[in-house]
Amino acid sequence: MPVLRRFLGTAEGIAGGAILLAIAITAVLASVLFPGDPLAIVAEPMLQPFQHQDAILGTDRLGRDVLAELVHGARTSLLVGLAAAFAAIAVGATVGTIAGFAGGLVDEALMRVTEAFQTVPGFLLALALVSVVGPSLPVVVTAIAASAWTQPARIARAEVLSIRERDYVASARAIGMHPAEIAFREVLPNALPPVLTLASVIVANAILIEAALSFLGLGDPNIVTWGGMIAEGRVVLRGAPYLSIFPGLALVATVLGVYLTGEGVVEALASGRSR
Amino acid sequence: MNRALRLVRRRLITAIPVIGLVIIGAFLLLEAAPGDAVDAYILSLGGADANMVAELRASWGLDQSPWARLLAYLAALARGDLGWSVSFSRPILDIILERLPNTLLLMSASTALSFMLGSALGIFAGARPGSLRDRLLSVGSLALYAIPGFWLALVLVIFFSINLRWLPLSGIETIASGKHGFDRALDIGRHLVLPVASLGIIYLALYLRMMRAGMAEVWRQDFIRAAQAKGLSRQRIVLRHVARNALLPVVTMLGLQSAAMLGGSVVIESVFAVPGLGRLASEAVASRDTPLLLGIVLVSALVVIAINLMVDIAYALLDPRVGAAEAS
Repeated sequence: MPVLRRFLGTAEGIAGGAILLAIAITAVLASVLFPGDPLAIVAEPMLQPFQHQDAILGTDRLGRDVLAELVHGARTSLLVGLAAAFAAIAVGATVGTIAGFAGGLVDEALMRVTEAFQTVPGFLLALALVSVVGPSLPVVVTAIAASAWTQPARIARAEVLSIRERDYVASARAIGMHPAEIAFREVLPNALPPVLTLASVIVANAILIEAALSFLGLGDPNIVTWGGMIAEGRVVLRGAPYLSIFPGLALVATVLGVYLTGEGVVEALASGRSR
Repeated sequence: MNRALRLVRRRLITAIPVIGLVIIGAFLLLEAAPGDAVDAYILSLGGADANMVAELRASWGLDQSPWARLLAYLAALARGDLGWSVSFSRPILDIILERLPNTLLLMSASTALSFMLGSALGIFAGARPGSLRDRLLSVGSLALYAIPGFWLALVLVIFFSINLRWLPLSGIETIASGKHGFDRALDIGRHLVLPVASLGIIYLALYLRMMRAGMAEVWRQDFIRAAQAKGLSRQRIVLRHVARNALLPVVTMLGLQSAAMLGGSVVIESVFAVPGLGRLASEAVASRDTPLLLGIVLVSALVVIAINLMVDIAYALLDPRVGAAEAS
């Protein structure tokens, strides 16, 4: 695994990997660390942080354990971020491959649709979709993906345009392979690497959009989200600012971890190529 | 100038199908939303009998096929009629036009802040690629970019409005202050400091990184070596040769970022209760006013197209190569 070794050789890779690993482990073990419903009332409301043993980070307005909520919130953030990014890249790569490989009118039509999606501010689009369909986790993921698939589509298309002229594509045609098979089995896999370098930015953006949606009250109401916690804490901003500050710090750490990991991967791949 | 005009004409022609698609998308969402314009209107009247409802549907063309409804929707849009907002009991276009200037003010101030500060810091970092300050600024800008805008806004409020009491908590001006002219402008300015800072600081990172990356690229080119050999001072090389050549791609980002800024202004305006388009969007969501929300989506798409057009013109004026190829 030379790429992994090079990745761990970069400062960004180590820092980002460590942050993400810690948050991922927390998310996976959430139900073990804090069994039961994190939205259940466990103690007196508005306990100060770092003063009580059973609620280390204190409790919120309703007496819910802030630390339990934070730990379970990690799950939502990572899940939504990864699922939305996966959907965005899958849709984007497919659309981009079809546009680039088919060319002509199909290409023209698909690119106009892509442009239309890019013209509407992504956050407003997600907001409109969730507000029309109703807030639930799958809808939030779909809405975020709908606002994020355009960039992968453009990059995949540009890549496919250059790949489709290569010799191996011509020979695939010569042996009578179906065009769809050439596009998705020969061309698409080779067009993916530059699209995947975008993955970290897309995951990070997805996490931030999910947080903003939940902050505006458009998250799934039955699931703990960091954005929702910040909105809750905002009501008592004067008396208990930490209720808004803690989940925000968790968000910053997660997104920074994603960015740093992405930087580390890009650096590792670049140094591998130059050698 | 001819060159810029040709560019504008070509951009406008490609913008038409894009706007058409956005309108169709808005129409589809409107159809998907529960209830229609008549339901909304009846609700604002406080109820009506079934006969009247059926008559209204017929006279508004809502009992017809989806295609006919789409045509009616397009005809209404062509007249500048975005529909009726139930939650405000006013025409949607009027509300939007009333709120738009505040958002444009917020956006332009934030863009100016992030572009100027960001590219200045980018020049500072890119002047010596690989140096300590370059690495610190690069990681620092990543950290900035990782901050959710609404959370930064709340943290700034905690510091500057609640603890230090330096700046107002929310709104765009002091209500019923009776201020005029310069005093009023100053009052609005004070109210805008925190929203502009929250929106601007985050996007600053983007300009910083683009500027730095562009400069690192330019440093490797031959004419820089020539400038060094000629004995030009380092400062002159950095500013006149490296930074200047790296600036153009950063200018294109201004247009591309306008959509992100508009999206970001939704949460920032909600936090600071700035009566702009973004806050209107969250109000529309809260009161389930889908026609209003989609009106905002349409208008913001138009704003984004207009801003990109202006950036294209600026780009053509700055770089004589742009659009020159099509002249022949």
